[in-house]
Amino acid sequence: MKIGVLSLQGDFIEHAQMLSELGVDPVAVRLPEDLRELEGLIIPGGESTTIGKLLIAFHLLEPLRKFAIQKPVWGTCAGMILLAKDVGTDQPLLSLMDIKVQRNAFGRQADSFEAYLHVPVLKNGETQPFPAVFIRAPRLISVKNDAVVIAELADGTAVAAQQGKWLATAFHPELTRDTRFHQYFLKLINV
Amino acid sequence: MNIKQKARVEKKQGQTGSNTVKRGLAQMLKGGVIMDVVTPEQAIIAEEAGAVAVMALERVPADIRVAGGVARMSDPGMIRRIIEAVTIPVMAKCRIGHFVEAQILQSIGVDYIDESEVLTPADEMYHVNKHDFQVPFVCGCRNLGEALRRIGEGAAMIRTKGEAGTGDVVEAVRHARTVLGEIRRLQQMPNEELMTYAKEMGAPYHLVKETKELGRLPVVNFAAGGIATPADAALMMQLGVDGIFVGSGIFKSSDPAPRAKAIVEATTHYQNPEILAKVSENLGEPMVGISVGSLAENEQLATRGW
Repeated sequence: MKIGVLSLQGDFIEHAQMLSELGVDPVAVRLPEDLRELEGLIIPGGESTTIGKLLIAFHLLEPLRKFAIQKPVWGTCAGMILLAKDVGTDQPLLSLMDIKVQRNAFGRQADSFEAYLHVPVLKNGETQPFPAVFIRAPRLISVKNDAVVIAELADGTAVAAQQGKWLATAFHPELTRDTRFHQYFLKLINV
Repeated sequence: MNIKQKARVEKKQGQTGSNTVKRGLAQMLKGGVIMDVVTPEQAIIAEEAGAVAVMALERVPADIRVAGGVARMSDPGMIRRIIEAVTIPVMAKCRIGHFVEAQILQSIGVDYIDESEVLTPADEMYHVNKHDFQVPFVCGCRNLGEALRRIGEGAAMIRTKGEAGTGDVVEAVRHARTVLGEIRRLQQMPNEELMTYAKEMGAPYHLVKETKELGRLPVVNFAAGGIATPADAALMMQLGVDGIFVGSGIFKSSDPAPRAKAIVEATTHYQNPEILAKVSENLGEPMVGISVGSLAENEQLATRGW
């Protein structure tokens, strides 16, 4: 099974390494033709404005939208911003998920933090907290239609959502040793 | 409860300032270009071109060379205005060893501090103890020993120094080849040789060992100093660095905005010569530049740092 990782900018290597550990072939996606034969796509962390501009410069916006209509897509941090329909600022987006996102919602880098989350959809999610790394992270302000919140901070701030085969996390599972989010995404592909 | 109060409550529950979040921001910058800017207007041009971050400073290195005298931390008011102008991370430079400049930069909310040889060193023996800070640091290096000493002091990101303000990529190449070559040799070494190697290059043993195991530096490593064209950026990427700093190369060229965009695109598609050719077309004149070979040793900034 081949899974793509959008490799324009950001921590795409970390996602590729985690997929390899799980026995999946990661494919670097930099141009539209790289999407052929892929079963799913991960949009990594990075700078959402940079990635958005590169999506336009290399004519990836429409091919990615078409791909996402048929196949599972997961965005982490910048990836979550790119998947959202509403981020409150004017920047290039895939505009797929019915989620409203606020960028840099926790402050600047000095406010970046780690926290443990209860994520019931994950394996042992009720009993074994997930180590979440938030870096100049966004948060979910609201979800609409069939989008649902799947993880919250202790104070109730929503930080992960799912809408059918689309997944969005404000944090970075690829920066940890815990592969459960990646396994969950693979499960979405294999349904 | 408003958003800001909410975030503050959560901060108490979560851990800030850890190595993971400090190094993590650098991981998010990989494959990207960090650009020197001296005004909010330039910062906006850089963001529009696709920069992953900007380095806010009063003068680009080429002008620091011309001006001479003592180069210091920039006016915090100027840095604040740049922070307000863009949504991408903002970095700023403090002098080597000047931990009070670093405290000031942290207090105004910069996202990364560059303890930089481009400014005049404040201490000829010691660098800042970067573990003391919540905000992460990037530091320059010319070789593996220097890189690991800086990481030992708490740097969460490394850049090879090159020779800032010249537009001549030769030193950036030399330093990247040196660091990456030393890591390749380290990987071939039997473990009993590591302690003596650590002693010889003046690097902490545990970081020498970790670097061998990882086959790379334990933190993200960008190239800097002399990168002026899309081809220069792609050259450094192909040599094996994680991303690019461009100082004088953009705003000292004849037409900054298209050059900035081209360097961003070249850094993404560094392995694709057809795209590199296309983005390199019609960019106007690059910065004039100074050949590093024509500089006296005391004019070379890269020799600063201990």
